[in-house]
Amino acid sequence: MTLETTHHDTNPDNDTGQGGGSGGGVGGTPDVAVSPRLEGWGVGAQRLAEPEHLGKRRRHPGLSVVLRVSVPSLLLAAWWVGSAGGGIPADVLAHPASVVGALRELVATGQFGDYVAASAVRAGLGVLLGGGVGLVLGVVAGLSALGEELVDPTMQMKRAVPFLALVPLFISWFGVGETFKVLLIAVASAGPMYAYSYLGVRGVDRKVVEAARGFGLKGFGLAFGVIIPSALPSILMALRICLSVALTGLIAAEQIGATEGIGYLVTLAQQYYRSDYMVLCILIYAVLGLAIDLAIRGVERLAMPWRSHVAAR
Amino acid sequence: MTAQPDEPADLALRIRALSKRFGAKQVLSGIDLDIRRGEFVALLGPSGTGKTTLLRILAGLELPDEGTVLAAPRRTTVYQEPRLVQARRVLANVTLGLPAARGRAARDALAEVGLEGYERHWPATLSGGEAQRVALARALVRDPELLLLDEPFAALDALTRLQMQELVAELCERHRPAVVLVTHDVEEAVRLADRVVVLREGGFAVDRPIDLPHPRDRDDPAFAEHRRLFLAHLGVAVSR
Repeated sequence: MTLETTHHDTNPDNDTGQGGGSGGGVGGTPDVAVSPRLEGWGVGAQRLAEPEHLGKRRRHPGLSVVLRVSVPSLLLAAWWVGSAGGGIPADVLAHPASVVGALRELVATGQFGDYVAASAVRAGLGVLLGGGVGLVLGVVAGLSALGEELVDPTMQMKRAVPFLALVPLFISWFGVGETFKVLLIAVASAGPMYAYSYLGVRGVDRKVVEAARGFGLKGFGLAFGVIIPSALPSILMALRICLSVALTGLIAAEQIGATEGIGYLVTLAQQYYRSDYMVLCILIYAVLGLAIDLAIRGVERLAMPWRSHVAAR
Repeated sequence: MTAQPDEPADLALRIRALSKRFGAKQVLSGIDLDIRRGEFVALLGPSGTGKTTLLRILAGLELPDEGTVLAAPRRTTVYQEPRLVQARRVLANVTLGLPAARGRAARDALAEVGLEGYERHWPATLSGGEAQRVALARALVRDPELLLLDEPFAALDALTRLQMQELVAELCERHRPAVVLVTHDVEEAVRLADRVVVLREGGFAVDRPIDLPHPRDRDDPAFAEHRRLFLAHLGVAVSR
């Protein structure tokens, strides 16, 4: 503090020399040239120092990967050790080796690939259909008062109805075929997509929208040029939730009238009381969840490039 | 908008008996104002006197309760905040709502505000002054007949504000739009405008031309006299 005030009176050339981190000539550094005016300030004055770094520290990227993997690995290790030592009875939780055996069996017969593919197609079509409708309704409700009045009450009522309650009705309408399965997932994923895209659209900066209107944008131009890109973070969040809802929907849909699919595998495991298959199903879901998360992260990075420059983390 | 018989051809804006109230508060009461093409008018006034309301009416963002507004159809606004779409790159922000063929003109406009090479930057990476210059380019590329400036320099730091005022003066000199600048900075008004209007209690307290040559020197006694007079009308007494 005190150094600063005296600097005003000293020669500017001297000033820069002292300010450059050489210590300002106080606190016992006699080798630095000190202007006469400064000498009286020695007592209690602190040496200049580089300011403490308060920002984000750079971390080794490898460390992040290790940390992410550590907790799941510990859980797996505990499972393995517990089962091998007899701490976990096999009828409570199957031994890891027998789960791996079950997976081998499924892969060898080709069923694994078929099941995953069948489920992926159902989930994909369902989310595409339901998410698409939810997105359109959410954007319409978010954009216009008329749309909100027409759409919102119905969607709020729909959201209160658990989609599993629709299973009997849907079976009586569509039978137990693919239509029923895809539509069930579509209905399940329309809700979250509607809610999040509505919120996202409402959250777009009104001032920016007003400015865009001033530049002559309206209707589709305004929606696709300004509002939807700005609401994209919410919409991708909704996609994440839709996909996990779809996994839940698969179990319900594939319990009935299916001969393949992950949900069908769950049903089989239950019927034949195969605890190795039960655990395998859980692991498949876990890996699918991880894959979905990674995929959406990738999509976010591609679809929202403006964020990577500014994200505070 | 049909031409009125008494509408002189060289007008960019004609306001007659314009009134606007918000609830119990009469913000504008029976305002008349004509602005010629190419004329730079600064609108001064204490906060809450309806400067911004008047500008928003001209921009079509508010409806007047009474009165008529006839404005040149090609008009565009620069606000206090840049109001850029964060999800679009700088060039897309400048061409917002324009056909893609105007990309060339948008690049020229960016170059004119000193942002050549910024086309592919994201708004969030710009400084306050740069973002405001993008907003200016966005207005410029539309080749406005009437440029509405709503305290466009208020959120900038002092140094950037001086540079931006210089830039706006230059651009207006070159393109000659009619300008309405809303500000509460008297010095800014006297420096830039051909005519200064002081808005007070819903009406115009003063309407006075500034016939000093450009560039204006704030140490010029005539400049100081204008400043003193407008400050007095705003209720601020300054000794000479």
